[in-house]
Amino acid sequence: MFDLFTRISAWLIPAIIVFIPLYAAFRKVPVYETFIEGAKDGFGTAINIIPALVGMMVAISMFRASGAMDLMLGAVRPIFDWLSIPTEVLPLGILRPLTGAGSLAFTADLIATHGPDSMIGRIASTIQGSTDTTLYVLTVYFGAIGIRKTKYALKVGLFSDMVGFLAAIIICMYIFK
Amino acid sequence: MVNWIWLFFIVISVVVAAINGRIDAVTQAAFDGAKSGVTISFGLISIMVFWLGMMRIAEDAGVLKKLAKLLSPVVRRLFPDVPPNHPAMGYIMSNLSANLFGLGNAATPMGIKAMQELQKLNPDQHTATPAMCTLLALNTSSITLVPTTLIAIRMNYGSANPAEIVGTTLAATFVATGAAILADRWYRRKSSPPPGKTTFHPKQIPVNKAIDPPMPASASLRNSGGGDIV
Repeated sequence: MFDLFTRISAWLIPAIIVFIPLYAAFRKVPVYETFIEGAKDGFGTAINIIPALVGMMVAISMFRASGAMDLMLGAVRPIFDWLSIPTEVLPLGILRPLTGAGSLAFTADLIATHGPDSMIGRIASTIQGSTDTTLYVLTVYFGAIGIRKTKYALKVGLFSDMVGFLAAIIICMYIFK
Repeated sequence: MVNWIWLFFIVISVVVAAINGRIDAVTQAAFDGAKSGVTISFGLISIMVFWLGMMRIAEDAGVLKKLAKLLSPVVRRLFPDVPPNHPAMGYIMSNLSANLFGLGNAATPMGIKAMQELQKLNPDQHTATPAMCTLLALNTSSITLVPTTLIAIRMNYGSANPAEIVGTTLAATFVATGAAILADRWYRRKSSPPPGKTTFHPKQIPVNKAIDPPMPASASLRNSGGGDIV
């Protein structure tokens, strides 16, 4: 089953890469020139993101290194104990919206320590897979077009992260009893 | 809101580091963070250049329009303020489908391109429109069909059934995305009541149906996140 999935995703990109120019050529689009024309925007767009991304990464990196995050986790831990949810997955709830690489590393560590087929391993995998890094997405997408007033976007993102986090735990605890 | 979170992170970090005696570590972390911000952006350059080139071909060939038409019944409901024939729709569609198939490095450039197209409909270049917020909400909750990275990690650590989390992930993603859409709807309605409902608009802005209705700042920012992004 997984083989099928990996094979499909392995073929998907090459398929897209060949389909788009081929189809365009049939429609008499000058493919190479059009590619160059569009690609020109790529550099500037990526560079535009730097200020926002640096600002965000500095704050997150400081927050983790100072031990402030552990402090925050300590405060929420009793609630988890009370609900008999494995507290090991708790840091993921805070890491996931903040840093993609950080939470992936943490998930990999949980899987290595407790085993991929343990409840902790399954919950961690589900949490990691089910939402994206809200702060990163917001910084990159809005940073690229120079939006400063983000309105309610962050609230919605963090809310859905929280719902996804709890849903992942509840679903796993129910399915993998 | 972003302002406050950012400030909170930095202030709390320094205070906690001072108490823990980790002040050196936190200084180092600040510079490491800055470095990784630049590294990530640089990593994006190649991907952005490549995919934006590809997508321009797709746009000129009319592929994006076809894609938008194909899936538009669902998406049009989510983006009522974007004209169905606007190029933004095509990019939104490609962004969502790339996410769906777990093509992370294709999804980001398309999402950014979609944002740039939405920006063209934006009367205030520094303030996010409802359509932008909706697109962001869909991306942060990321509807992924197959979490390939995780399956690979689980395989590495000798799981008996690496793909057993596909079902739970899908269910959790579904719930998270549903929550994102509902919350987005709620805020959208709160910050811009649909025309027809008479409310206390200080000055009724002439709403061009094709363009996102600009937010009355007084009403929308009262207790919602009118924050600045870094």
